[in-house]
Amino acid sequence: MEKETKYMNPYLAGVLLGLLLLATIYITGRGLGASGAIKSVAVTFVELIAPSHVANTKFYQEYAEQHPGQSPMMNWLVFEVVGVVIGAFISGLISNRLDLKFEKGPRATTKMRVAGAIIGGILWGVGSQLGRGCTSGAALSGMAVMSTGGIITMFAIFGGAYLFAYFFRKFWI
Amino acid sequence: MGPLVPDLISNNMNYIVALVIGIFFGAILEQAGFSTSKKLVGLFYGYDFTVLRVFFTAGLTAMIGVMAFDYFGLIDMSLVYINPTFLHSAIVGGFLMGLGFVLGGFCPGTSICAAAIGKIDAMIFVVSAVIGVLIFTEGYPLFEKLYLAGNMGSPQMFNTLGMSQGLFAFIFVILGLITFWFISIIENKVNGVNKPALSLTPYNISIGVLGILLAISAFAFPDKKTYLTQKVEDLNYVNSYPLDTMNVDEFALCLTKILECDKYQAVDFRSEEDAKNLPIPRSTKMTVNDLFSKDAFKTLRIRDKITVFIANDELTERKMAIIADQLGFKRIRILRGGLDNFVQQILNYTPIDNPKTKEEEYTNRFRIYAKNVIPDILKEFKPPQKEKSEKKRVLGGC
Repeated sequence: MEKETKYMNPYLAGVLLGLLLLATIYITGRGLGASGAIKSVAVTFVELIAPSHVANTKFYQEYAEQHPGQSPMMNWLVFEVVGVVIGAFISGLISNRLDLKFEKGPRATTKMRVAGAIIGGILWGVGSQLGRGCTSGAALSGMAVMSTGGIITMFAIFGGAYLFAYFFRKFWI
Repeated sequence: MGPLVPDLISNNMNYIVALVIGIFFGAILEQAGFSTSKKLVGLFYGYDFTVLRVFFTAGLTAMIGVMAFDYFGLIDMSLVYINPTFLHSAIVGGFLMGLGFVLGGFCPGTSICAAAIGKIDAMIFVVSAVIGVLIFTEGYPLFEKLYLAGNMGSPQMFNTLGMSQGLFAFIFVILGLITFWFISIIENKVNGVNKPALSLTPYNISIGVLGILLAISAFAFPDKKTYLTQKVEDLNYVNSYPLDTMNVDEFALCLTKILECDKYQAVDFRSEEDAKNLPIPRSTKMTVNDLFSKDAFKTLRIRDKITVFIANDELTERKMAIIADQLGFKRIRILRGGLDNFVQQILNYTPIDNPKTKEEEYTNRFRIYAKNVIPDILKEFKPPQKEKSEKKRVLGGC
């Protein structure tokens, strides 16, 4: 038995999100983000399991130079994403949407959905590094400050998704 | 003046701010319906365009807001992170993310939201995204060339397209409105809803009106820097602009310390080299860019100080003073005739032969005295080694 849960009006949610983004830029001089925190987790993970590998690899050395003297977890985006988890959880609690659930399209098998989530996640991991940000950090925040790179990435994300959507329609419809 | 970090909010406090902002971010995303992959990918199959609506409304609202904050001098845009443009990796990365979107059903931010309310597919996605980043970091030598190619710096889209900020924002908002209308048609068609996408209900009308107001407001907040620097190129405007002045004798009186001039400070707009050759005591070096930055507030907003703008020529002084006045800085004077005039009338003074009036006699007496003393005062004065202020743009993005 699935109860239809009601979501916020999209334009209202958009204005609220826009004002939050504006406040973020005003207070901190930077926009919102998400994939940066994922990167912090990834770097921390490697530091934990293979410290000597970190010391020998160019990427981690450059990363350490850019973030001197502190753990990659002491990062603005990490704190922000912890907040996202809390905020989304509270919101789900209030709107009665907390539920351990596996979601997939009506024609998709579980195997397909799991494979899609894994490959999709990996593509986002690589893509967000190349694009220097994801939908939040590059596309949305980039749009707010009218960054050329951010807007190009935004069009590439949505354009790419439309381009490939047809081939994976069985996943969703 | 923003950004409030690090001057008003310390870097440690900033982590608390991050947490609070994150809570709102997560809550808004979840309330908007971003915590389910079925709703998210709806926009690619035409059955649910919620994401596009929220995303564009948010982006446009923030964009106009940033323009307004900039216009009213509330935020120093030179300190705000503008995502850099690396053309090749932006496009390739974007396409990979697009493919990841239709395969995975999430983007990173939304997957974290969905995982937070218990979506198992989202948890798989988040873990995989970490693996994806690891593939990038481990394979960095492979990606490096692409990652660093096509570096264009950090331009803004209106610069790249060669149009004014206002026009670009206006077109962008109008495009957004047309998109909202267009996607409603598709949505109805795909879902078999048999009603016109654009019915004149009070709700639709108010959204349309608000959107058009937003679009028009783009022109209300032109990029102040471009606007003002262009305006002071108009000589008629510059020369007829009322400004307080100070003459070279007053300036010399202050330098010789015959007059107590504690309430004055000088702001020097000359080049580094000129300032080195003829250093002016108690002056601060500034450039036209500095006037628009957060630093200007520290220098020009000192209570009860009168600031004298100096440059080689009066025209430069006038331009800078007009920009400062338009930006809302008060108690600004310019040195009449500029420093060129000061050099000519004081440092290289040729006395008037047979002074006829008392005034000429006084002028002679003072300027001959000043001509003798000031060079020594200037020589004694060592320009302070200005420590380079460590003002950097914050690093953002991912």
